[in-house]
Amino acid sequence: MNQTTGSRATRILGVGALVALAVMLVFGLVFSPPEVDQRDAVRLMYIHLPSVAVAYTGFAITLVASVIHLRKGSVFWDLVAGAAAEIAVLFTGFVLISGALWGKPTWGVYWQWDPRLTSTTVMFIMYLGYLALRRLDLPPEVRSRRAAILGIISFINVIIVHYSVQWWRGLHQGQTLGVDTKLDGMMLFTLFLSVVAFMTVGAWLLIHRFRVAWLEYQIGLLGFEHALAERRAENETSGLYGSGA
Amino acid sequence: MHWEYVFAGYGIVFASLVVYVVSVLYRGRELSRQVPDDRRRFLD
Repeated sequence: MNQTTGSRATRILGVGALVALAVMLVFGLVFSPPEVDQRDAVRLMYIHLPSVAVAYTGFAITLVASVIHLRKGSVFWDLVAGAAAEIAVLFTGFVLISGALWGKPTWGVYWQWDPRLTSTTVMFIMYLGYLALRRLDLPPEVRSRRAAILGIISFINVIIVHYSVQWWRGLHQGQTLGVDTKLDGMMLFTLFLSVVAFMTVGAWLLIHRFRVAWLEYQIGLLGFEHALAERRAENETSGLYGSGA
Repeated sequence: MHWEYVFAGYGIVFASLVVYVVSVLYRGRELSRQVPDDRRRFLD
């Protein structure tokens, strides 16, 4: 009996993630050159942007899974939504921390009430609320349904975060990657490598976190079935069960 | 130049990631022992 949440697929994915992270670290900290204005602080971009990618993807998975859960009532999709949101919140935390550490040497401050920074923080807090809702002591169906609704509503904030640099003028730069991207070749390659590494880690984590949630659900079911069987046995011995009384 | 910010950023992110990964794997291991084989759908 396998006593972990690991499988052959996750082990292969896990090794791939570790190798990708190691290569990314070498390129990010050694091979990639410093930028003219930002100097070595530009290296924070290799953890900042990939964290954004994982966070956006996680919140998008939560949105899709929440919609499917509301349509089908499937426990599977409810658990996928919760697992993806938790990972996305973690990586949003990385976005905020790496952004603040990049801001100090580049802008001279860790924090500014800039539209991108503020909306990202609001998004972080909203999804923390989503995770808190999933832990409320409510009937499971009610909790899942409310979480799914909040998972859908919260995604509006992801769109606001993404377009905040276009909609409002602030300190944060516009989109780093686009049609007219003018990044040094090695920087662009390192950035691409970092996104691949972080996305692989995110996928590996999502599988494991979903499996933990599935196990928690199964243990809850087992407890419920055990309590039901005990109650039936009690009723049978006291002559109430099936007596028509 | 600015290496202190770079190391702080990488340090915090990777240390947090390791803590989260270990906690997820540990919890999975603990829960796996309590769930019989016929209830382990999606785990293989």
